[in-house]
Amino acid sequence: MAADVFTLNGRETPFTPGQTILEAAGAAGVRIPTLCHLEGTLPTGACRICVVEVEGARTLLAACTTPAAAGMQVHTESPRVVAARKTILELLLASGNHNCAAVAGDGARWTDFQLRVAQTEKTADLCPAWGDCRLQELAFQYQVHAGTYAPPDAGPDLEDVNPMIVRDLSRCILCGRCVKACNEVQVNKAISFGYRGSRTRIVAAGDRPLIESDCVFCGECVQACPVGALVERKAGYAWRPWKAERIRTTCPYCGVGCQQWLHVQDGKIVKVTGVEEAAPNRGRLCVKGRFGYDFIYSPDRLRTPLIREGEDFREASWDEALDLVAERLKAVIAAHGPDAVAGVSCARSINEDSYQMQKLFRAAIGTNNIDHCART
Amino acid sequence: MTNSFGEFARARMFVVIGSNMTEAHPVAATFVKNAVARGARLMVVDPRRHALVDHAHWHIPIRVGSDIAFLNAVMQVLIAEELYDKAFVASCTTGFEDLRAKVAGYPPERAAAICGVTPEAIREAAREMAAVKPAMLCYTLGITEHTCGRNNVVTVANLQMLLGNMGVECGGVNPLRGQNNVQGACDMGALPNVFPGYQPVVNAEARAKFEAAWNVPHLPEKPGLMIPQMMEGLVSKKIRAFYIFGENLAGTEPDIRKVEHELAAAEFLICQDIFPTETTRFAHVVLPAAAWSENDGTFTNSERRVSRVRTASAPPGVAQPNWWIFREIARRLGHTWAADSAQALWDDEIAVLAPALAGIRYHRLEGDGLQWPCTREDHPGTCVLHKDGDFTCGRGKFTPVDWTPPAEESCSEYPLVLSTGRRLAHYHTRTQTGRCEGMNAILGEETADISPLDAADLGIADGERIRVRSRRGQVEVKAKVSPRMPRGLVWMAFHFREANANWLTNPAFDPVTLTAEYKACAVRIEKTG
Repeated sequence: MAADVFTLNGRETPFTPGQTILEAAGAAGVRIPTLCHLEGTLPTGACRICVVEVEGARTLLAACTTPAAAGMQVHTESPRVVAARKTILELLLASGNHNCAAVAGDGARWTDFQLRVAQTEKTADLCPAWGDCRLQELAFQYQVHAGTYAPPDAGPDLEDVNPMIVRDLSRCILCGRCVKACNEVQVNKAISFGYRGSRTRIVAAGDRPLIESDCVFCGECVQACPVGALVERKAGYAWRPWKAERIRTTCPYCGVGCQQWLHVQDGKIVKVTGVEEAAPNRGRLCVKGRFGYDFIYSPDRLRTPLIREGEDFREASWDEALDLVAERLKAVIAAHGPDAVAGVSCARSINEDSYQMQKLFRAAIGTNNIDHCART
Repeated sequence: MTNSFGEFARARMFVVIGSNMTEAHPVAATFVKNAVARGARLMVVDPRRHALVDHAHWHIPIRVGSDIAFLNAVMQVLIAEELYDKAFVASCTTGFEDLRAKVAGYPPERAAAICGVTPEAIREAAREMAAVKPAMLCYTLGITEHTCGRNNVVTVANLQMLLGNMGVECGGVNPLRGQNNVQGACDMGALPNVFPGYQPVVNAEARAKFEAAWNVPHLPEKPGLMIPQMMEGLVSKKIRAFYIFGENLAGTEPDIRKVEHELAAAEFLICQDIFPTETTRFAHVVLPAAAWSENDGTFTNSERRVSRVRTASAPPGVAQPNWWIFREIARRLGHTWAADSAQALWDDEIAVLAPALAGIRYHRLEGDGLQWPCTREDHPGTCVLHKDGDFTCGRGKFTPVDWTPPAEESCSEYPLVLSTGRRLAHYHTRTQTGRCEGMNAILGEETADISPLDAADLGIADGERIRVRSRRGQVEVKAKVSPRMPRGLVWMAFHFREANANWLTNPAFDPVTLTAEYKACAVRIEKTG
């Protein structure tokens, strides 16, 4: 066992052969920043933000692709590492349309920026990922201000024709997490890297909108995107992470029972994401689970009991409606016996509702005429 | 499911039969695709070349409704070529000689004629199934929604026992349940023959237990009616009052004209729902209910996992949780019930009364929930059933059965077979997904999916409007000419009212389960205008 030990920031640290430095460090509670790394997929070492200093190595090495080795001396936050990360962040911030506070570093420009955003809410100026952006977070952590390198003189590169997902490739840092999410996690194979060199971009169906591609709108790419390049249309500017509360629940659609985070803001669900690491879905959702929540706010919802009057219904109070139900049930039981009553329970609703309905039928009405769509 | 979704990613082989997993259980399908990418084998048995077939090593496109002929022939080959798991069969099963005798009548040559595949394909399938062990068998409604649905189910169990794939990780018989809580509704005893926890109503001891718990002198001992019998009872007046909770029967049951006739005959119809539906049109009283994210509770998924459902926002208007509504009606019928929350119902009643759920309490469900059986408060739950060949009633019993054709077969007047199911972006009759922004933009109308060969014969172009007729009705719908469809088959869903496949489907039922034959009826198609 002693062979499987390396030194991490001066401490003897065990590892399992085959583990990368990133994984071994994570197991030891040492956090190395990442952008392109996506749990459960092949590491690509694309973004370089996880570089660490390995004594004896000629260059800094990407922790996500370098296997830990016995006797290795690794430094995760040495001055050389921090300097490299700052440069990487400066380059990433200059690579596209990253016009958040991290960029508007000096006070004067930040005020101008805020004023402009205030006037133009729901334009491309305020990044919808503001406050939920890994790049912004790292820029803050490493105190990086843009301006060392000139950003491209380009506005948004918006694809706004799709249901569910808005893409703004001007904010894309080409980390490739969406490509891994689509190809390796969900295996829908709808998006990939297109073009070459400085023209590289994420494309679907030969660079056409998602709606014209094989995309099934599972939204796994949006959940994977660390910046504001992929945004949920419905959550869009409504969701603000610092305002929203997260509530864990179970998806109301098929029988897989995916675990969801409901992001609730001002008493309303504004966004749904998968619970990473949770059984059975490991953070994954499908189009219905991720985007099929807003039916509960439909104006068509039944809001009050209704009682038939001729061809129409009239609104009634609970007491009136429930008294009528009880009275009619009693009359049927008295005249025809309890087996003249039958009920169908709901396979969508919670266990406790089905339990209560069968109890109503068996204990209070006195019949076993209770069923649901068990076999279909 | 005897096994769990967590095993999918490390399974070595899958046999998927009658399951359009990428559309009906998309997240489960991702784990199958991951396993295949890591080297697992995938065999898909399905009339359609659906999207999961793109990842499969073998696709066996048997005809709709020929599953038993195919599986019996596979078992005939396994036995004839001595490829089955002799040790498992000898130590963990009974009835092998009966099975051997039955499947001897299904040599591949005979089955091939029924299934529309070659005898060699059947032999190869059998050999491949025996070559990798264990294999997970997954099925969905392509198995159950037939007049021989129950027999289909016992036949897939026969196959997995013969292969020795039961009671082991990454094996088992795994029906993927179509709805979020259809497993839970069964577990809760929303069935005419069992109390919560599958305790039979005909069992005097079980009745005595529930009589004591529910404080009633007498509980009915005769099993009740199943849905189709209830519906027919509305017309015959055997049923005078009918209570429909959260189901849109006027869209989901076969032969909508018949269903609507039955609903219209109801003397007193109570509908409890979150939306007005095609079914609430027939109601005398409509009760507004809280929806999914508007009350606390639990769902139980396909792998028997009980997970929490939590409140995110308040119901609209005066809508109330369903359990509250039932409790209020019981009170008006003279029964006062103590439990005043979903948690109280579970912790104080359900867990106390259902032995398989006895160890499950709300405080234990904070993380990933628990899979039943979970019999004590220190029980970790059960991922794999029948472990080490330990079946509920001792040994696993082979139940050999014969193939029977669908109730309605194609003929000269209705030369095609219609099969039905669900599509990815919508759910059932769209009461929910139809009201979610963006879903209708992904899928805005129904299509009748047909093969390029049939389309060419009839001169139908992709996207052209056609009429689909069965003995029960007709719909006008857009044709979708798809190479995923085999000749002779039409495929439709039941998401859109006007072109709902259930105007056409056949109300013929499995004699045991009374499941309708949604998967097969005879139709003809023609161009409109």
